[in-house]
Amino acid sequence: MLITKRIEFSASHVCRNPLLSDQENLELFGMAANPHGHGHNYVVDITLEGDPDPVTGMVLDLKKLKDIVNREVVTSYDHRFLNYEVPPFDRSVPTPENIAIDIWRRLEPHLAGDGRRLHAIRVYETPDLYVDYFGEVA
Amino acid sequence: MIRVTRRYRFSASHRLHAPGLSDAENAGLYGKCNNPYGHGHDYEMEVSARGPLDPRSGRAIDPAAFDRVVQEQVLNAFDHKYLNTESAAFRQVVPTTENLAREIYARLRANWNSAFPGPWPVLDKVRIAETPRNIFEVSEMNG
Repeated sequence: MLITKRIEFSASHVCRNPLLSDQENLELFGMAANPHGHGHNYVVDITLEGDPDPVTGMVLDLKKLKDIVNREVVTSYDHRFLNYEVPPFDRSVPTPENIAIDIWRRLEPHLAGDGRRLHAIRVYETPDLYVDYFGEVA
Repeated sequence: MIRVTRRYRFSASHRLHAPGLSDAENAGLYGKCNNPYGHGHDYEMEVSARGPLDPRSGRAIDPAAFDRVVQEQVLNAFDHKYLNTESAAFRQVVPTTENLAREIYARLRANWNSAFPGPWPVLDKVRIAETPRNIFEVSEMNG
């Protein structure tokens, strides 16, 4: 069974690869390369795969899931300038792709076990653009 | 590997009328969707592609190239059009949203390599909501 918890955070970022020139960044990222940054209301769907516990009837207590996600992700990301305040985005471009991978890495070790595993991270940068990451599949 | 999805909107009219059936059969089968003057929808379409991250941009797709192929192959062809008469694909084929989804997938597939000449990203799926309550999805596995 799949269960999904949705969380939200708001953050600013600039899409800029520090190894490239200003002109190259502008060509690659357009408006998103504005050095002052800009922001989004991000929505993240965290999907777990597992069987409901025969006693509790739950794959994972959603309250517990919320606590883990708040601790590992939301407190770091919410109302931050990602490039300056949230590693690894001092080194990698905070595209929604990289954000999904980072959120997976932050959450995955806390969610595995008891026959359950992290299945997918979906990050909506806007309602019209989202990415799905399913971990590194062979 | 990451899947990226972008959402687009277009508005179009259509009439459901199968050329192989009689007028009475069409009226019985499609009901009000068979109205001879047609009717319209605000379609919401999601197009998904998947691929590895480009280390230079941290992205799996180039959004500008993605928008361009969708604009040229889908929106220019169908936005604010009467599907039955203004698209060659629906002269003989009923423009149900099943058939529209297949047509859009086929158009994107046929022009994908000129938009994305490398091995990645690949077209993953097309998902169209004819209304918020009726949704149709086409992919490689579920044509």
